Amino acid sequence: MVKRHEDVIIQTVCRCLIPYMQIYSLYVLVHGHGSPGGGFQGGCIFAASFVLLAIVYDLREAKRRFSEKTNGVFCALGVFIYTAIGWLCLLLGGNFLDYGKLSKIFPTDPVMARYYGMAGIETGVQITVMAIMVSIFLNLATKGKHEEVLEE
Amino acid sequence: MIKKIVSIVIAIFATSALLVGLEDLPKWADPKQPASIHVSPGYIEKSLEETGVPNIVTAVLADYRGYDTMFETAVIFTAGIAVIMLLRRSKNGKKA
Amino acid sequence: MLEYIIAKYNYWIYIFLLMIGFYAMMAKNNLMKKLVGMNIFQWAIIFYFVSIGAKKGGTVPIISGVHGHHGAEHLVVHAVDYINPLPHVLMLTAIVVGLATTGIALALLIVIYRRYGTLEEDEILEELKK
Repeated sequence: MVKRHEDVIIQTVCRCLIPYMQIYSLYVLVHGHGSPGGGFQGGCIFAASFVLLAIVYDLREAKRRFSEKTNGVFCALGVFIYTAIGWLCLLLGGNFLDYGKLSKIFPTDPVMARYYGMAGIETGVQITVMAIMVSIFLNLATKGKHEEVLEE
Repeated sequence: MIKKIVSIVIAIFATSALLVGLEDLPKWADPKQPASIHVSPGYIEKSLEETGVPNIVTAVLADYRGYDTMFETAVIFTAGIAVIMLLRRSKNGKKA
Repeated sequence: MLEYIIAKYNYWIYIFLLMIGFYAMMAKNNLMKKLVGMNIFQWAIIFYFVSIGAKKGGTVPIISGVHGHHGAEHLVVHAVDYINPLPHVLMLTAIVVGLATTGIALALLIVIYRRYGTLEEDEILEELKK
């Protein structure tokens, strides 16, 4: 995956396949309430799409689409979303992560507020898992030396 | 060679210790095993009317045990940072 | 004796996997093979826990035909019909922790290889004694 090996069939198929994988991962995330799925599973599928990009094309393509600075921001953003929802419930007068109190600012009853609170935290989990898995893969594949690999 | 023989002996000893405890374990898919009669009927019966989510596994993971999932996410975050700290060094030997 | 083996044959499989992983962690010389043994050990424990949640005559723990809270007023849920969801929940967390451990262990192997030039355990111990 370091040097580009030009193969027309694989490149064309993967160029069609990667957007569908990303949409499928969002489908798995949102349908976590009604079928097996959720944040962890969707995050892994989303990360697999970037890994496929790195395998089929150059490593430079994967880093162009998802640079290291963006990666670092996404890693922390997921944990921040999760904790921010918990803090919001604390500020509104309940316990930490007590989603029923979110009905004071959202126009739903307390039971559906728990439904939407769960959807929000699963989004945070998906973002973190996706960013971390891509980061671990890129670091292990290049032995940490991203710049030497990109110079080739 | 001696290491492999000692390892096999220890592994067989541990296996037999586990097999002795096998008669106390419940039968597979027994409806009356202790894991299925104390806490989990409460979760199954009350999860739909309290949270409105049909998937009981997601309801338990994200609502009743939300704390565990939060620290779970922190564990993944820490693992990613640990890999970055171990592997990313610049050419001079200083940390990147 | 026969019901010992036939009614509980799943536990035999998990104990077999446990011992394969344990033997690989102790006896193999290459550090990468020890890591694979640790992974096998961990998955045997995850399978054991998930198999505890099975229930005869129960279905998947997803209540069908309902969307949201409004369809649920006339629905009575019996705990006999659904399998135990708690081991599945706990093992989701365990799988993710296993992923994190394996990722960090592989990064450590890269650092060891960079420092000593080999991944065999006895050669590394000889280098350490010098």
